[in-house]
Amino acid sequence: MKHKLKWLLVLACLNTVALAAPQTFDFKDPKGVNNAVFKLDAPLEAVNGSANGISGTVTFDPADPSATKGKITVASVSLRVGNSMQQTHMHSDKWLDVARYPEITFETKEVKNARTSGDTTTADVAGTFTLKGISKVITTPVKLTYLKDKLGQRVPNMKGDLLVIRTSFNIKRSDFGINPGQFEEKVSDVIELTLSIAGASPR
Amino acid sequence: MPRKAFRILALVLLVVAVGVWLATGANRGWSKTSVPIKKTDEVTGITYDQYEKRFVAGVDFLGAALLGAGVLMAASFLFRKKPIQTSNQ
Repeated sequence: MKHKLKWLLVLACLNTVALAAPQTFDFKDPKGVNNAVFKLDAPLEAVNGSANGISGTVTFDPADPSATKGKITVASVSLRVGNSMQQTHMHSDKWLDVARYPEITFETKEVKNARTSGDTTTADVAGTFTLKGISKVITTPVKLTYLKDKLGQRVPNMKGDLLVIRTSFNIKRSDFGINPGQFEEKVSDVIELTLSIAGASPR
Repeated sequence: MPRKAFRILALVLLVVAVGVWLATGANRGWSKTSVPIKKTDEVTGITYDQYEKRFVAGVDFLGAALLGAGVLMAASFLFRKKPIQTSNQ
């Protein structure tokens, strides 16, 4: 009896360790829900668009959110706007040159000021943002929502957790070699970016 | 006769263009060939755009129509007015 109890205790401890371990969330979303929205001011009408070619992984530990790390990639070719001519210009070598620079990435370096309330963590995430082959370190406020056991609600017959990441930040296109100092009367230098993505960690 | 036909054509072009612009939502921005429809994922609460192929006429469309009508109107002046025939008997 004593021997069985000992084994049960060991199993319970192992289970606790497993629950507290960092989880890896995959952000490839076949549903096309994950998206990055961009906005540039322009005289007649702001240039609004979005991208849904999101992939990447993030390692998140609900017990230690400050240890969060990962890399998110946006396929440049998935950036789209409502006007087809604008989209062709945006993809061309004059602007984003998607053929030569197929990825826009953000890779975490450090998580600061992490605060958790319920299933939501807010933090300032410093990371390397790469656009058109140029990398800059930026810090952005991030909201992480840990949805335990919710994967089954999105993908039937699958068990696991979801992690929703939301962030908004501004960059300057001139910092990334996108027509620096040019066409500012037509389209602003500042690009507003908003990322809303959900990653899955199946069990 | 061609003078009158050109002017009628200019007017028809203008009326049709304004009609299309109004019918597609009187968009005061640029023309669009696809329109984002906002959707929300129920589980994650993420709002995302789903693009629908649809033409929305913008001010560039109106401008092009106005230019076309202007060209037709100007072309109409290339045709001489028929002289009024008077008979002095």
